[in-house]
Amino acid sequence: MSEIIQGPRHGCALGAQQTVVAIERAIPILHAGPGCGSKLHRGLSLAGGYQGAGYAGADAIPCTNMIEKDVVFGGTDKLRDVIEGTLKIMDGDFFVVLTGCTADIIGDDVGSIVSEFREQGVPIVHAETAGFKGDAYKGHELVLEAIIKQHLKPAAQIEEGLVNVFASVPRHDPFWEGDLNEIKKLLAGIGLKANILFGYNSGGIKALEAIPAAQFNLVVSPYIGLKIVELLEEKFQTPYLHYPVLPVGGIETSKFLRTVAEFAGTLSEQTEKFVVQQEDEFYHYIVRAADVLTEYRLNQPKRFYNINDASYALGFSKFLVNELGYFPIHQFINEDVPEEYKDAIEGYFKELSPEISSEITFTQDGGAIEDKIRSIKALTSPLVLASSWEFDIAKEISGLHLSVSLPIIDRLILHHTYVGYKGGLNLVEDIYSRLLAKNRE
Amino acid sequence: MSLAFLFLFNLKMVAKGEKVMSINLSQPAVELRESRLKTITGYEGDAAELLSRNDIPNRERSFTQCGSCSADQVMNLLTQIQDAAVVEHGPAGCAGDIPMRNGVFRTGNKRMGYNVHNVKYLNTNLDEKDTIYGGGAKLEKAIREAKRRFNPKAIFVTTTCASAIIGDDVPGICNELEEEFGIPVIATLCEGFRTNIWATGFDSANHSILRKIVKPARQKQPDLINVISFEHKFLYESVFRQLGLRANHIVPLSTVEELERISEAVATVQYCETLGSYLAAGLEEHFGVLEIKAPAPFGIKASDELLREIGRIFHKEEEVEKVIISEKEKIAEDLERLRGRLTGKTAYIAAGGPLAYSIIALVKDLGMEVVGTSVWHHDQRYDNDDERLNFLRFGVETYGNFKVGVCNKQAFEVTNAINKYKPDIAITRHLATVWAAKLGVPSIFAGNEPTEMLYDGLIRFGQSIDDAISNPAYIKNVAKHSKLPYTDWWLKQGTYSFLRSEQNV
Repeated sequence: MSEIIQGPRHGCALGAQQTVVAIERAIPILHAGPGCGSKLHRGLSLAGGYQGAGYAGADAIPCTNMIEKDVVFGGTDKLRDVIEGTLKIMDGDFFVVLTGCTADIIGDDVGSIVSEFREQGVPIVHAETAGFKGDAYKGHELVLEAIIKQHLKPAAQIEEGLVNVFASVPRHDPFWEGDLNEIKKLLAGIGLKANILFGYNSGGIKALEAIPAAQFNLVVSPYIGLKIVELLEEKFQTPYLHYPVLPVGGIETSKFLRTVAEFAGTLSEQTEKFVVQQEDEFYHYIVRAADVLTEYRLNQPKRFYNINDASYALGFSKFLVNELGYFPIHQFINEDVPEEYKDAIEGYFKELSPEISSEITFTQDGGAIEDKIRSIKALTSPLVLASSWEFDIAKEISGLHLSVSLPIIDRLILHHTYVGYKGGLNLVEDIYSRLLAKNRE
Repeated sequence: MSLAFLFLFNLKMVAKGEKVMSINLSQPAVELRESRLKTITGYEGDAAELLSRNDIPNRERSFTQCGSCSADQVMNLLTQIQDAAVVEHGPAGCAGDIPMRNGVFRTGNKRMGYNVHNVKYLNTNLDEKDTIYGGGAKLEKAIREAKRRFNPKAIFVTTTCASAIIGDDVPGICNELEEEFGIPVIATLCEGFRTNIWATGFDSANHSILRKIVKPARQKQPDLINVISFEHKFLYESVFRQLGLRANHIVPLSTVEELERISEAVATVQYCETLGSYLAAGLEEHFGVLEIKAPAPFGIKASDELLREIGRIFHKEEEVEKVIISEKEKIAEDLERLRGRLTGKTAYIAAGGPLAYSIIALVKDLGMEVVGTSVWHHDQRYDNDDERLNFLRFGVETYGNFKVGVCNKQAFEVTNAINKYKPDIAITRHLATVWAAKLGVPSIFAGNEPTEMLYDGLIRFGQSIDDAISNPAYIKNVAKHSKLPYTDWWLKQGTYSFLRSEQNV
């Protein structure tokens, strides 16, 4: 039995609409209840640092708004009408039909309706993303699977140096756009052309269609994206590199870049020079911060909680332990992690550094998180890297709270990133700005 | 997988309350707006025609964009009660509105100087197995957890499309636990597919409050007035202070105990039939609390009429006249200045039914022209069917006829209309303002807190419009660097060309 949820965060599989909105000039079409799209937009985009509607998101998303008679008699005729209307009204290059709970429970045959249009040459696919199937991470995978299976064709030629990147989940992770662009810049530094698929200047349907031409696929996350690259390997024989740690700061980013360059075969004097130079600049600023980072009167938050998805919780934990000399208290992984990946994730947290490990709890339930935190006696005022749900519990334990995980309703996030050398510096600035404001305001 | 047969079976179990009186509190499900208020969501015409008829058939669309649902609007009220818990029986995505509702709740408490805390909300996180075997056991567990975690004074249990289609017996489970806990455990039936008129969610929430929370008055409090609103208690504050009235602002930010006692007020005032029609009429019919029969206080004339009616009910006629004079004096200079700047400017208004009609009064009082309106739905009658509450009539008689499209919050129609009219300003609610901005039209978003009420509200509103029009630099930048997601073809079509004819309904 799935657990009950207090402090909801990661929506449902129909949150896949956000993945579609992040593809340039792509239009999601929902075959779902009247409230689904609006709620998911608010929960995943608005509450994720006020991301806005995007090109065709929010109330612009076509939807069948299924009501009682559709439940009783089926909604496929209505869906056909809405797709026809979409093709006339909406200016898009690619269309993705997504089903919600109502359509999937009553069993509407969406596939055959969508096929009618595909046979006429319309670039359209569909995915069954009923909310009860899982959270929006699951939905993200389902929609990518649908695109790969229904739309992509083998490439005539493999493009050397082209790499598809599967890292931050678009319009769901509040920092996705900054993160993906930072990864793109870093990979350019080691001679690779990153196909980031989502967000500003990412290429839209052309980027999707270029997926099979990549030299390799890169997953930067403990597990999200693995299913996708395994499918791509099966379908197009594209090799993949799974790099489980989202790289934050000097040590991890350099390690990441060297690993990727070696896998890609681009490791050279030139790429090494790039890595060394970037790392050097990172430490220039870290050194500059020494006065504040060693100031004991400020009540330094030397111990930390992460309440985040597996990817950020791991990336931030590694950074705090290995770059800043912090100690983990307990980490909470709050998305619906499939059972098959849990052992591996626990393993990553056991080796944050050779000497330091962290216990973790998998839970989507904010109430369970709060109960656990209350049961732990804190030695110092801890750092709480969490969501806006944790304002109160952080206060209760005199912690230093920073919103870095969905939902983030106290920050406007545009191109901010926590990835790479730049991301590490951003995190230090954000933590210590909070600390200083708390002490000096 | 098809559970349609289960659903059909379930349908028979749902009481389709026969219409007996206007507010029937005997069943857990509220009577829908379609039948209760003859509400329509598709129409093209004008205010005079809407007024002349109450039998206009609805026109559906062959293309639609994401709307909203009852379950969403239920949360707009129930999660905002300080010491009640809400258990939503559905998949986790149905909780998509909750993080921002928490934001609104925290902001409201902060502004009022109350204890700032998170909403007391749990979701049963229905998964695929639950849709096959039922989610009753999980619901019971969640309600017990809500009791343990929040120690609430009442628990509202709300339904969703998934839980309603699989047919879990929510009222039955609630009744059992209510007896065990000794606090109200209230089934609030609001599954999204039941109606396309999402305002029904307000009715469902208010229905639950009237059925299970409000208690008969111990003693009437002669200076107490209920104000149905969102998180903006300050609005009537200064006027009521001058009149010696105490305001009981409901429902958001109230406590359960305050809601139990709203029956002790002399009268209820509201500003929007979409939000307050059912609660105000229910309080009058079942608890003897009069509804103030006057237009909502938007613009000068309506404010005069509303305050005079309050004066009459509370026997404060003379005090009211003084307040009206002094409030008007306070704004005279600013009003003159704003009229000087805004006279002749054009506005397009897109908002919920009665509220859009109310905004017309503001715009006209500022000397502006209304080129058109899009309203989300139109109620052809109100729960208290008193013509003095009919703001559409008040608007037409005071300010003249105007064009109306009933558009069920369809962004493609609103965008098309704004593009056609190219107004000096677009005023929207519940719709992303970015669409107007992409057309280069200055737009203001009138949110859930209508700070534009009463005399000083007119000035606040006018100043916002003047600011938006006077330096549209940001809007022009947005327009220059972005594109709408619509085809040129669509922008040239008639705004309502995807409405089906009445015969096809």
